[in-house]
Amino acid sequence: MPLLEVDRLQTHFRTPDGVNRAVDGVSFSVDRGETLAVVGESGCGKSVTAMSIMRLIAEPPGKSAGEIRFEGRDLLKLPEREMRKIRGAAISMIFQEPMTSLNPVLKIGRQIGESMRLHQGLDRGQAEAKAVEMLTLVGIPEPKRRSGEYPHQLSGGMRQRVMIAMALACSPKLLIADEPTTALDVTIQAQILDLMRDLKVRVGAAILIITHDLGVVAEVADRVVVMYAGRKVEEAPVRQLFAKPRHPYTRGLLAAVPRLGSSLGGRPGRLAEIPGIVPSLKTKIEGCVFASRCPEVEEVCLRFAPALEAKAAGHLAACHHAVRGREEAA
Amino acid sequence: MSASLLEVNDLEMHFPLGRGLFGGVRRFVYAVDGLSFRVERGETLSIVGESGCGKSTVGRAVLRLLKPTAGQVVLGGVRIDDMSSGALRPMRRRIQVVFQDPFSSLNPRIRVRDALAEPMNNFGLAKSRAERDRKLNALMDKVGLPREALGRWPHEFSGGQRQRIGIARALAAEPDIIVCDEAVSALDVSVKAQIVNLLGDLQQELGLALLFISHDLAIVEHMTHRVAVMYLGKIVEIGTKRQIFARPRHPYTETLLSAVPVPDPDAPRRRIILKGDVPSPINPPRGCRFHTRCPYAFDRCRTEEPRLREVERGHEAACHLNDRPAEDNPLLSGARA
Amino acid sequence: MAAAISLAPPPGLAIAEELPDVLPAREPLKGFAGFIRRRPSLAFGAGLLVVMLFFAVFAPWLGTVDPGALATSKRLRPPSAEAWFGTDMLGRDLYSRVVYGARVSLAVGFLVALFSSALGLAVGLVAGMVRWIDGVFMRLIDGMMSIPPILLAVALMALTRGSLQNVVIAITLAEIPRVARLVRSVVLSLREQPYVDAAVAAGTSTPMIVIRHILPNTLAPMTVQATYICASAMIVEAILSFIGAGVPPITPSWGNIMAEGRALWQVKPTLVFFPAAFLSLTVLAVNLVGDGLRDALDPRMAKSL
Repeated sequence: MPLLEVDRLQTHFRTPDGVNRAVDGVSFSVDRGETLAVVGESGCGKSVTAMSIMRLIAEPPGKSAGEIRFEGRDLLKLPEREMRKIRGAAISMIFQEPMTSLNPVLKIGRQIGESMRLHQGLDRGQAEAKAVEMLTLVGIPEPKRRSGEYPHQLSGGMRQRVMIAMALACSPKLLIADEPTTALDVTIQAQILDLMRDLKVRVGAAILIITHDLGVVAEVADRVVVMYAGRKVEEAPVRQLFAKPRHPYTRGLLAAVPRLGSSLGGRPGRLAEIPGIVPSLKTKIEGCVFASRCPEVEEVCLRFAPALEAKAAGHLAACHHAVRGREEAA
Repeated sequence: MSASLLEVNDLEMHFPLGRGLFGGVRRFVYAVDGLSFRVERGETLSIVGESGCGKSTVGRAVLRLLKPTAGQVVLGGVRIDDMSSGALRPMRRRIQVVFQDPFSSLNPRIRVRDALAEPMNNFGLAKSRAERDRKLNALMDKVGLPREALGRWPHEFSGGQRQRIGIARALAAEPDIIVCDEAVSALDVSVKAQIVNLLGDLQQELGLALLFISHDLAIVEHMTHRVAVMYLGKIVEIGTKRQIFARPRHPYTETLLSAVPVPDPDAPRRRIILKGDVPSPINPPRGCRFHTRCPYAFDRCRTEEPRLREVERGHEAACHLNDRPAEDNPLLSGARA
Repeated sequence: MAAAISLAPPPGLAIAEELPDVLPAREPLKGFAGFIRRRPSLAFGAGLLVVMLFFAVFAPWLGTVDPGALATSKRLRPPSAEAWFGTDMLGRDLYSRVVYGARVSLAVGFLVALFSSALGLAVGLVAGMVRWIDGVFMRLIDGMMSIPPILLAVALMALTRGSLQNVVIAITLAEIPRVARLVRSVVLSLREQPYVDAAVAAGTSTPMIVIRHILPNTLAPMTVQATYICASAMIVEAILSFIGAGVPPITPSWGNIMAEGRALWQVKPTLVFFPAAFLSLTVLAVNLVGDGLRDALDPRMAKSL
């Protein structure tokens, strides 16, 4: 049984001008100890998916449907009291902006210790000792002194390390990281990615990483889910996705990213672009969600939404063309 | 000697940090500390570096949104760093700007048409209403927006479209050079590619020079001719794209390049992980500013500040390692492609 | 669904299953009903305010008699069909006095809001744009704000004789600092906006930048502030009248009516209750309008209030 199974998750929001279908029927699973990346552009629903798993969607205006089974229990049906025991303990989360996620008036040792006191019943002294241990684990120099400091005394990279220490404090089984390196400088980003890779081995938690950066995906993920306009359009093991993307959107995305060292010869060239803009999620989309921007669009795409179909072992894509490809091969 | 389009000599920008009880300024942030570069007509010079290195401040000083503390900014042969705001205004036409955030860079209460007409009216670029409308339509065509978008409000557009409007506003002044301050950094991958291509096309078509300020090295490599790498208010290396990306001669450049995540799971990773964080620009380290984090630092780096020195034609770097014989220079031994 | 009317899918085509709606479809309400649903506090406040305005404007035609007419034979009558709110110790009709009192309160509220906004806007704009003036103005304003507005108004009223005009001037002077401070802080944050930098780079002169880019964006937060000032001015006016430093006692203002009823409020609570209820409802209405406007206007700006 996978650790986490998200099954036909829908999270919709009521807005003054109609219902926003931010996530509309997304399914995936995360196995113990694996790293799954959910990748997509802003507004594709990747962050809302993460918030839905944590049950952090404000209701109203939002509402989630479907099932989110964590170790067999449907989180969407748990009473809030039970959910609170899971949040920060069995499932924890790190956010993009470390400064706003830390309480500015509490010393960081205290903040890290807080969840351990809450979930594991440690006393203050034990919790602070454990906090220093966690700070050591995430590679903060002089952890003892640092645990007595306030968030504003730390640099952005240090704060993100503290966030990770907090998230790992209760030995979670699942760590959700929402754009953990986006706000950081490239050299600091490299440090944090290294830390995450290292911790994956040492802590053994499953990681669900939400990102828009395909470079980050390639660095840390085992498997990848590609989202577009609230749907999952493709899922594959990371190597397969980069080597043989099946969905035209994934192909477009990969082609649009310039690679270091690829354009050293002479004149600046052109990047492959995906024309057009993401469709509004406030009106129901007939047919394939990517049809309006797809270079291979045909009439069936405009009329019938493609189902996710296995293209190869563990490789799903929601595209009529990708499916046709399999038939031709057969 | 033909003059460059934009010439910056020994630029300094120091910001006072609060004031003492009796009004005396006690400390400064040395945001930009002695910087020189040139931009030629029709070329792209990129300034790269991490947040806080002063690259955006350089852009603001060149645009004269800030008055430099010291140094010269020469635009088309005319010094603009010490001009009064009245004398400066006509000069402003030649240098325009596109900002990072597509949402706050357009006034929410001004229609697209009026936003684009503002520079035309200020600089007297359209003699009649008909000429102005013709130019407005041409601008929309140039940046790939429908003409009827002129009558709409900024909030009706997506981030990428707003960035196109921002570019159109910069073009409306018919400038020689556009400062792009992280102009594509806030955009999604697929839209980023559209805007990068648009800037490239416009440069070719109009012979524009670009001062492209960015932290995204892959994008920079894609669209630039030359690169200046900044660290703590100074240029540590400057050269052509090929020189900087293939044969970096400063350890910081080398580190930056190695830190970029590669969108390929099978790519070999030879990452240099820097220790620690960027020191504060209030109290920059003595000697070489990078020595606190440099993997190759030796005694001389802690005491003597390296000067930018030509290491090959058109390629300057500020690193003592380059004074050593080639076989003793780690920057040369780890040769790249 | 729509798929049913269109052609059948080609055989072998895998079609995604249709998921039910999570939130029940709701027709977006247009017009008046939609406005009430989206902005309930604005709608309710505005409605209540319209009622009060109606009282003030049409006071003579709302079954009132001369609010100053004495009738010593009919003193302190309880509410009845003849005198709806009863009569006061001089036999004047309380209903008529309260309805006419709306004129004073609303006039003071609106005029103070208008004048203090206009003057505060001017001061705030200049302070926000010109550095050296900023230092001088802000110290002055800090000084004024260290005095409670009511005390300041009382002190100003002590220098002059009680009249509606002087009450408005006194409260306006006391309220200007609040607006000026708000406008200044909004101007300072607007000056940092990239679109202002872009306008500078586009050769727009400073006065034009103020007119085109700064002023229009200060109006929204200022309007919200003006409604709160309107509410507070009505309360200050009532307090001034209550302590005898406001409009002349002859004028039926809610503060004056309450002041007169003060001595008898234990035996005749209606004398204080009716003017107090009208004052509270009016202040509530104005504050609700303010809250509603704040929510309806740019939410980012709202946070700075």
